[in-house]
Amino acid sequence: MPDPIVSVRNVSRRYPGGVTAVDNVSVDIMPNEFFALLGPSGCGKTTLLRMISGLDAPSEGHIYIGGEDMALTPPNKRPTNMVFQSYAVFPHMTVSENVAYGLKVTGVPADETKRRVAEALEQVKLTHLADRKPDQMSGGQRQRVALARALVKRPKVLLLDEPLSALDAKLRDDMRLELTRLQQEVGITFIIVTHDQDEALSMATRIAVMEKGSIRQLATPEELYEHPTSRFVADFIGKVNLFDADVVSQKGKAVICNAKGLGKMNLTTDRTCGKQVTIAVRPEKLKLSKTAPKAEGLIKAEAKVRDVAYYGDWSEVVVELANGQMVSVNVQNDKRDGSILGINRGEKTFVSWNPADSLVLTE
Amino acid sequence: MSGQLKPGQGPLEYGRRRWLQSLFAVTLMVLYLPIAVLVAFSFNEQNRGGVWKGFTFENYPKAWANQSIYDAMVNSLTIAVITTLFATVIGTMVAVMMWRFRFPLKPAYEAAMGLPIVIPEICMGVALLLFFNGTGLMGFFSNLVWPFNLATIIIAHIAFCFPFVAIVVRSRLVGFNKQLEEASRDLGANEWQTFWQVLVPYMKPGIISGALLAFTLSLDDFVITFFTSGPETVTFPVKIYSMVKTGVKYEVNAASTILIVITILATVLAMKLQAPEKSGH
Amino acid sequence: MEDWKSNSRAFWTLATPATLWLLAFFLIPLAYLLALSFSSKALVNGEVSINDYDYFTGVANYIRAINPDIISIFLRTLWWSALATLACLLIGYPIAFSICFMPERWRPLALLLIVLPFWINLLIRTYALKTVMGARGVVNSALGLVGIGPVEMIGTTGAVIFGLVYVFLPFMILPLYSTIERLDKSYLEASLDLGASQFQTFWKVTLPLTMPGIITGVILVFIPCLGMFLISDELGGTTSWMIGNVIQAQFGASNDWPFGSALSFALMLLTIIVLVMQWYYQNRSKGAH
Repeated sequence: MPDPIVSVRNVSRRYPGGVTAVDNVSVDIMPNEFFALLGPSGCGKTTLLRMISGLDAPSEGHIYIGGEDMALTPPNKRPTNMVFQSYAVFPHMTVSENVAYGLKVTGVPADETKRRVAEALEQVKLTHLADRKPDQMSGGQRQRVALARALVKRPKVLLLDEPLSALDAKLRDDMRLELTRLQQEVGITFIIVTHDQDEALSMATRIAVMEKGSIRQLATPEELYEHPTSRFVADFIGKVNLFDADVVSQKGKAVICNAKGLGKMNLTTDRTCGKQVTIAVRPEKLKLSKTAPKAEGLIKAEAKVRDVAYYGDWSEVVVELANGQMVSVNVQNDKRDGSILGINRGEKTFVSWNPADSLVLTE
Repeated sequence: MSGQLKPGQGPLEYGRRRWLQSLFAVTLMVLYLPIAVLVAFSFNEQNRGGVWKGFTFENYPKAWANQSIYDAMVNSLTIAVITTLFATVIGTMVAVMMWRFRFPLKPAYEAAMGLPIVIPEICMGVALLLFFNGTGLMGFFSNLVWPFNLATIIIAHIAFCFPFVAIVVRSRLVGFNKQLEEASRDLGANEWQTFWQVLVPYMKPGIISGALLAFTLSLDDFVITFFTSGPETVTFPVKIYSMVKTGVKYEVNAASTILIVITILATVLAMKLQAPEKSGH
Repeated sequence: MEDWKSNSRAFWTLATPATLWLLAFFLIPLAYLLALSFSSKALVNGEVSINDYDYFTGVANYIRAINPDIISIFLRTLWWSALATLACLLIGYPIAFSICFMPERWRPLALLLIVLPFWINLLIRTYALKTVMGARGVVNSALGLVGIGPVEMIGTTGAVIFGLVYVFLPFMILPLYSTIERLDKSYLEASLDLGASQFQTFWKVTLPLTMPGIITGVILVFIPCLGMFLISDELGGTTSWMIGNVIQAQFGASNDWPFGSALSFALMLLTIIVLVMQWYYQNRSKGAH
């Protein structure tokens, strides 16, 4: 195991007036990782990123970058560079002046500056716009300037603050691929802050989900999606159906629950359950059928179709259980005959799933 | 050059830098000290000499009883009120005109309208002095009964106040949604009704702060008044000027304090009225 | 915006009062001033008349203005105005900066406190300043307590420049504040992040991006300084006249209106040159974008 490139140790940031933006966070980020800080707005992810960059200073704790404690090192002395949410491309400089800025102010010789600027512009495919002013450019182009400007510094860590939020949907997809490509090409650690789960899931190698100033779960995208450890994470990442359940008994990993509207079921979990748990199951794990499924061991319930939302390749069907709880089911539209298994609003249907696909959440 | 960061304080939190806070505090002190001293000495017992002798309210009734200070004050307030009325109406009208219409030579017209604001006051005062004398208006008006003998000053004040009103009202109009006007016409109102029922209410905060601006500008003006007042008429600033020249009595401080209070009230009121608009944009 | 012809009745109704007023009580007086500046006092029965003039007799008044005394006063006015403007900028910039970085709820109050004195009558403020700086004023009393002084301040060049700064500082702070407040702070963060020191960031990013506010502030302070006569009159001595004092004297004690007109017009021309320079600068920087 290599040493972490960034190691955040017990960092807190409190503001005058009593607000705690980041509360005793510790996290290690490995070299060459594409790391995402994910969470709703106000969860402290941007503050944490800014403390890594030096644009904010922790009230307590240590931040090791490349093994050195830099918690209170000013931003201009750190081997990190940032791509800002608003890009912050200097409006009074041309593209190449913007890219050269960080080299000039640190005294890099002119010829080397010139070479590296050309190289960086090449990397983000902006060579033809080198003499433009930022206000003659699109958002996507300015974003590339911001990227080149940061990358030309050859930082140990590149920090990206909501880099895609200001772009329109099509551009966002392109940029997402572009960022992944760049990260592999330059071999630098990327830390990205985002509130968009799709962005985090599709780009990051590891994701830290934050809530109220703390990291709730740190895992790979697959693990986060399939094995969330809390109701918050399960709900924040992707769509999920949640059922409140009483624990009847637990023997080792096997637990018997009584879920509202579903009845008794046998599940497995690594955790010790209390009296109450939440049972979570993703909509795509559910099946709908006109008649009660025959297979043994499935969790099943009778329901009524309440709503069908058609998205082209798939449809979201909302069904209502006998006790009034709504359940979302994703159905693939893999037949061209148009009707989704003949499911129509108001009709009776059966919803079922494999108990192995459900999660027992204790918090 | 900067060393380490302070825990819990980002590198751009200049609001928490001691030296900036101190500079701000010192500047405020320097700005207010002379005014505070002036106000304080309006309560001084001994009448001259710049030495504190003891607290008294005496200077206020004395200033009130001093006929020439009283007259000057009444003149100043009369001029300010009449100026405000005229400047507000004229300024608002021209603001609506410039906001609404395209016309030939508009940039030149706007520049001419801005000229009274930008050229040195002394130039405007001198030009008006020449004009009033050359046309005989000065002699004509100064022989009339009060308040018509103030006419030259009022005319001059209106001339430099209404462009300010026009600017304030026009900046308010920029945010106006023209569809409101169209909606009013669509609902059957004629142009005149639309103007009074839709546009004027919308402009109201701008008109009020423009009016208060005109009021304080007129009340404060010394230079133009100095040049355009007839031989007999004295306004408050001109009165202070002559009293300062001849040696000061604390009645002047008392009267000044009253004027300061009036202006501060008008200013704070104007700012209060403008504040919600600022946050709305 | 509609064309004036589409509703000419409304156009004329709205335009007439302001236009007439501006014409009659501003532009015509200025034209008269210009005319008088090319005139001289009439000779009536071989004696110089007090208030009759021979119009358009030539440029004698302007030639008279080109004498070392007047030119040196003009230069002194320019120099002092420039010094006062520079001082306002050096004090005003950090003040405006610190207000912009205060917590949001404090900013309106801070701004109000800075601007409020500006609304108080110029003469009262000058008088207040004169009292404080006088031989027995508060400042000298305070200095006396620590065994210094009394320092004679009234009548010195320093007092005049201080007075100008005192009076016009809010004019500098207001435009600076509104520019710095609108400045996206992430530009400064980006600069620091890219390796620039606080000092480099200020010179290479903050200053260029707030230049429009600086220019406006400089204009707003410099122009009224040029025409000022009250402060040099009250706080300065007879040797510290500015051009405003000379003009005032022509319409007072010296009673030479044509010469005074010529000087006024020269001052106005100077002002307009400054404004045109600013306008030119603005258009150039707009065109560059």
